[in-house]
Amino acid sequence: MTQPGSLASQLEASGAGGLVDLDAAYKASNVQQVLDELQQELIGLVPVKQRLAEIAAMLLIARLREQQGLAAERPTLHMSFTGRPGTGKTTVAVRMARILHQLGYVRKGHLVVATRDDLVGQYVGHTAPKTKETLKRAMGGVLFIDEAYYLYRPENERDYGQEAIEMLLQAMEAHRDDLVVIVAGYKERMDTFFHSNPGLHSRVGHHLEFPDYSIDELMAIADLMVTRQQYHFDAASRAVFNEYLVRRARLPHFANARSVRNAIDRIKLRQANRLLETGGKVALEELARIDTSDIRQSRVFESDSDEAADER
Amino acid sequence: MRLTQGTFSYLPDFSDEEITEQIQYCLDNNWPVAVEHTDDPHPRNVYWDMWGLPMFDLKDPAGILAEIRECRKAFPNQYVRVTGYDRRFTRQTTALSFLVQRPADEPGFRLERQEGHDRVIRYTLHSYATDKPAGKRYEE
Repeated sequence: MTQPGSLASQLEASGAGGLVDLDAAYKASNVQQVLDELQQELIGLVPVKQRLAEIAAMLLIARLREQQGLAAERPTLHMSFTGRPGTGKTTVAVRMARILHQLGYVRKGHLVVATRDDLVGQYVGHTAPKTKETLKRAMGGVLFIDEAYYLYRPENERDYGQEAIEMLLQAMEAHRDDLVVIVAGYKERMDTFFHSNPGLHSRVGHHLEFPDYSIDELMAIADLMVTRQQYHFDAASRAVFNEYLVRRARLPHFANARSVRNAIDRIKLRQANRLLETGGKVALEELARIDTSDIRQSRVFESDSDEAADER
Repeated sequence: MRLTQGTFSYLPDFSDEEITEQIQYCLDNNWPVAVEHTDDPHPRNVYWDMWGLPMFDLKDPAGILAEIRECRKAFPNQYVRVTGYDRRFTRQTTALSFLVQRPADEPGFRLERQEGHDRVIRYTLHSYATDKPAGKRYEE
């Protein structure tokens, strides 16, 4: 509840003639700031950003309506994020928690990340307290359930996952003022998960789909990561890294931005190794520069027969 | 006789909003909060029954308030209190403890005198409620 006070006073000042100053309210809510940050720090994801802006607008209007005494039922805020690994689901969830906090829809704005381990118990009677504990920790913030479909194991009828789902559903309904639940995972598996748990599907109001990144976007992400760690590509190594991405994207287990991060970590490793092996005195510039050879050593560049190996 | 125990005991009973604010104060101080209940309200009875485990790592009072409600529902005719525990090394004690529910009818205490040697009198308190066996106290 950061802004409502100032928002209300803005409204009072501007709404004298029965008019509501939307611009002032928008400014007071700081939504633009959060969305701008999102725009700057997250590359690509156009449909997701658009959807986030829409949700933020809807929440703002709902809040304004409430302040003006119009009927404003609290919108359903539970969401599902679907997409392949490394497409930024967790990052967006953190942002979502902040947007919701700024609009006063969650009180604390923290994110609790939970997986099957945090919700499902190991023996009879273990699940309920465990799920309850996690739900309590998430209250006032956002509960992010990664790979939510692991909760439900149809092949094992004695599995306790169903119990956790039922408690979750109950909490999503009973504590809708205290808690926002975001479930996330691969598209296809989430679809079957929702299909077998129609109660969950109907309680989730927003379905956001995270598209895969294009090579250009991955390159931009790599640049951002490298710059943030105070390294840089030279012209040649940039071209090689681009080629690396093209090759890597074709291999199995490609995890978008996460693969890029891992690749950069390994490149840093090789760069450090190369520098030490050379020895002697190096320019400061050299400590930050990534050479083509650092990238070329990657297994991805080896002959096609080896390509299917692992990511090294 | 209205039982006065713990912090705020001379104030009127708290509403849920006021309880929420007090719990928020505990959480802001990083005190884990526990819910306890008893039907033996003797002032020296420190062993109240725990309602679940103390709640760690919470950021928001809503979860604790939900537990308080559960406890009230399960024991509508018992005393329920909330405690905040300060675990810092030099303190390590209950920092805040207040009642959040009391039975509708509180019979109170009787003063008992015990004759000792040489006309010495020892005084003690006896809770009328504990005349009945545990579980049957404070029933209508």
